[in-house]
Amino acid sequence: MRRFILIAVPYLWLLALFLVPFAIVLKISLSDIILAIPPYTPTLDFSAGWEGIKAFFGALDLENFRFLATDDLYWKAYLSSVQIAFIATLATLIVGYPIAYGMANAPDHWRPTLMMLVILPFWTSFLIRVYAWVGILSNEGYLNQFLLGIGIISEPLTILNTNTAVYIGIVYTYLPFMILPIYSTLERMDASLLEAAEDLGCSRIKAFWLITIPLSKNGIIAGCFLVFIPTIGEFVIPSLLGGSRTLMIGKVLWEEFFNNRDWPVASAVAVILLLILIIPIILFQRNEQKQREADK
Amino acid sequence: MRRMTWFNATSLTLGFAFLYLPMVILIIYSFNESKLVTVWAGFSTKWYSELFSNEAFLDAAWVTLRVAVVSSTIATVLGTMAALVLVRAGRFAGRTLFSGMIYAPLVMPEVITGLSLLLLFIGIGLDRGVFTIILAHTTFSMCYVSVVVSSRLVSFDHSLEEAALDLGCSPMQAFRLVTLPIIAPAVISGWLLAFTLSLDDLVIASFAAGPSATTLPIKIWSSIRLGLSPEINALSTILIAFVTVGVISASVASKRMSLRRQADERAAVHA
Amino acid sequence: MGQTVFEPWNDPNVKPLIQFRNVTKRFGDFVAIDNQSFDIYAQEFFALLGPSGCGKTTMMRMLAGFEAPTEGTILLAGQDIAPIPPNKRAVNMMFQSYALFPHLSVWENIAFGLKRERKPKDQIAERVAQMLKLTRLEKFAKRKPHQISGGQRQRVALARSLARAPKLLLLDEPMGALDAKLRQDTQFELMDIQEKTGTTFVIVTHDQEEAMTVASRVAVMDHGRIIQADTPARIYEIPNSVYVADFIGEVTIIDGRATRSGDGYDIAYAEGQPPLRAQTDKTFQNGQACHLAIRPEKVAITAERPEGVVNAVQGKILDIAYLGNLSTYHVELPNGQVIKSQIVNTRRLSRRNFTWEDTVWLSWTETAGVLLEG
Repeated sequence: MRRFILIAVPYLWLLALFLVPFAIVLKISLSDIILAIPPYTPTLDFSAGWEGIKAFFGALDLENFRFLATDDLYWKAYLSSVQIAFIATLATLIVGYPIAYGMANAPDHWRPTLMMLVILPFWTSFLIRVYAWVGILSNEGYLNQFLLGIGIISEPLTILNTNTAVYIGIVYTYLPFMILPIYSTLERMDASLLEAAEDLGCSRIKAFWLITIPLSKNGIIAGCFLVFIPTIGEFVIPSLLGGSRTLMIGKVLWEEFFNNRDWPVASAVAVILLLILIIPIILFQRNEQKQREADK
Repeated sequence: MRRMTWFNATSLTLGFAFLYLPMVILIIYSFNESKLVTVWAGFSTKWYSELFSNEAFLDAAWVTLRVAVVSSTIATVLGTMAALVLVRAGRFAGRTLFSGMIYAPLVMPEVITGLSLLLLFIGIGLDRGVFTIILAHTTFSMCYVSVVVSSRLVSFDHSLEEAALDLGCSPMQAFRLVTLPIIAPAVISGWLLAFTLSLDDLVIASFAAGPSATTLPIKIWSSIRLGLSPEINALSTILIAFVTVGVISASVASKRMSLRRQADERAAVHA
Repeated sequence: MGQTVFEPWNDPNVKPLIQFRNVTKRFGDFVAIDNQSFDIYAQEFFALLGPSGCGKTTMMRMLAGFEAPTEGTILLAGQDIAPIPPNKRAVNMMFQSYALFPHLSVWENIAFGLKRERKPKDQIAERVAQMLKLTRLEKFAKRKPHQISGGQRQRVALARSLARAPKLLLLDEPMGALDAKLRQDTQFELMDIQEKTGTTFVIVTHDQEEAMTVASRVAVMDHGRIIQADTPARIYEIPNSVYVADFIGEVTIIDGRATRSGDGYDIAYAEGQPPLRAQTDKTFQNGQACHLAIRPEKVAITAERPEGVVNAVQGKILDIAYLGNLSTYHVELPNGQVIKSQIVNTRRLSRRNFTWEDTVWLSWTETAGVLLEG
């Protein structure tokens, strides 16, 4: 009995507030928009009994998905989300790896502090961290003031409201997610492996490529997925730092819902976004599984 | 063969400069006299006083705090239960679905979670407000809590609980007297994580909140959409200070605890 | 036709392979190696033996190139090796943890060093095959390190470090991770491989039995100094100090004062007891403090005082350590001195005649003990 309650309470909670809402999204994505409250049709009418249920399912169709497929705004947005997420992930890896490497090679007594310094921004408001870059990257911003001041440029650079600003924002906010898994694989690495490689004729750089990189592969993969997956659906960064031409699907969904009030299309966008995410999520799970088995 | 080479030192310096410089600049310019955020015009704390006399911000902060405390507390209870189910309950019908529902919200884009919850609330005719935000936040943060707690439970030595049962505890007592004190640090960090996630959340709250309730992130969002604002700089500084003090004191406390433990162990050896 | 004895250290015409010249290594204030000079010869199996922290690992890491001497020079075949980085030295090392690359197969691990030399593929394959055969690992070539046993891993590490045919192979506690039974087999295998390849081996170990078994010469170290470097037999039979005598095997040390008499010395060790007799090449002043070190197996134990022996003392059996093939008796003399005597158990248990509290006689010859300076 006690076991039953233990399982049932969180189970029912998640069913009611996670799974059912999804079913609703799926259902509405198959519905049509109307000017009413709620602004979609059909609605399920149980009072009409079996006929009502039949009528309900009869009225569902794939029209919204056909619309998404024909209007190139949507598939461009999907494509550009994946592209931006991909480039940003690579950039985060390039910035994050040396930091993780430096941490793993730092003296023992420094490491808890360095670790805390990496985690601290994670506890700080995401919104504020993105906002901080608005002041830096704008035309009159601190970066342009600085570069003009030392005379590298004579015209202010336009960075804010471009994809570059979006990349910077993503690298900045997701950096801890890249550093931590890489650091944990590097930190566990047996230092004598590198000595052995040198002993067997490797230069330091060669040993880095042949030993360190392959052995931190799992951390790199985990870090990349941890950045890539949430970035695809990112809304705050493209809205705040990106320009009108920055197309990301999270932003499209938001606008579809709040500005156009087209709930069926917004739901259809969500369903497809989820389908796109399933592949990297499954790959990520498999990588985690593999690592857990390797650790045993 | 740990080497602190110039390369490592440089990458750490540049890396941490990148992580912290934006926040430092934000803090410095919160003390700027000028209304133009990017132009320095002398030291002043006037934006702080304006912030504290801004009713809308204070109301939003109060809503956010209430939501965060309530949702993270419920999420901690539910998340700990879920962790126990994941690690201890063995096989039961629908176990795969259960663990799927625990892990899915961690990777789900916030816009989707928010949208689906909103559609649910409307579908069942629930008025949106503080209550719906709490429901939404509890749902996604309980998953984070359960991940944190279950990772501790996995390494928990099961024989401790068996010893308690052997010594006459009921299963409930064994949990309360043995398991809970040992997993307490994980439960506490789960609560802190849930609390911060709730404080921080913009997207899900925007969907779940109706016109009647505005949280701090929603308020910040609507004002920074219009551009830079010195008041937001002041607010950011307060939030950053709050988090910094919290994280540093937590890590100092845990360091103290481990030092004391070491000292105790040494004393025990030499006694 | 007598076999030539392998003793290059006694032949002034042989040039040593490795020469340590006044080598000192300091880590901050800590002196790890204290002004040491010694030679190692080609094809030797040289053991550095000592407790942890005695400097033996530092010595080895300097040879491998992971540490540089603070003062002094190390010569390899007459050439100063200080400026040569580890990856360019004709020296390879077998690590205590084996340091096998977990992402590479056994074959790839062994080929790793060869590939760095940019040898043609077929030569690499041939050499790896040779190494696999030498270490009896042919069947495991495709496995990853975590898919083989501890003993097999140890052999992969050995094969990998030997593959480049180094002039000098360094082995850091090579048997440390193996259990006792496997260790013995492996020791003989190691000697066999050393002989087959003709490579010079330097082994670091804290296990004296291991050092005595495998090495042509053993260097006993303490606090950054080599106390004695000699063949296992001489280390055991003619230790040059109480430290060495005590470190290697079991020994009884009797403190006393030496007085010249005839061709040996009388050693007064207790009031009212006749002095003990010992012969030595060393010279002692009359009345000089000395230690007599006697190995337990050189001490006979009898019920009656034996006839015609120089050294005979009476005492009571304090303890008996039964080791199966041997028994060690701890016998206490009236002055409190305990002397160990070891007997081979050739008879069945029931026929043995000594037990606790028995009064017995211990005796040994004039040359059985080693007289050491105080």
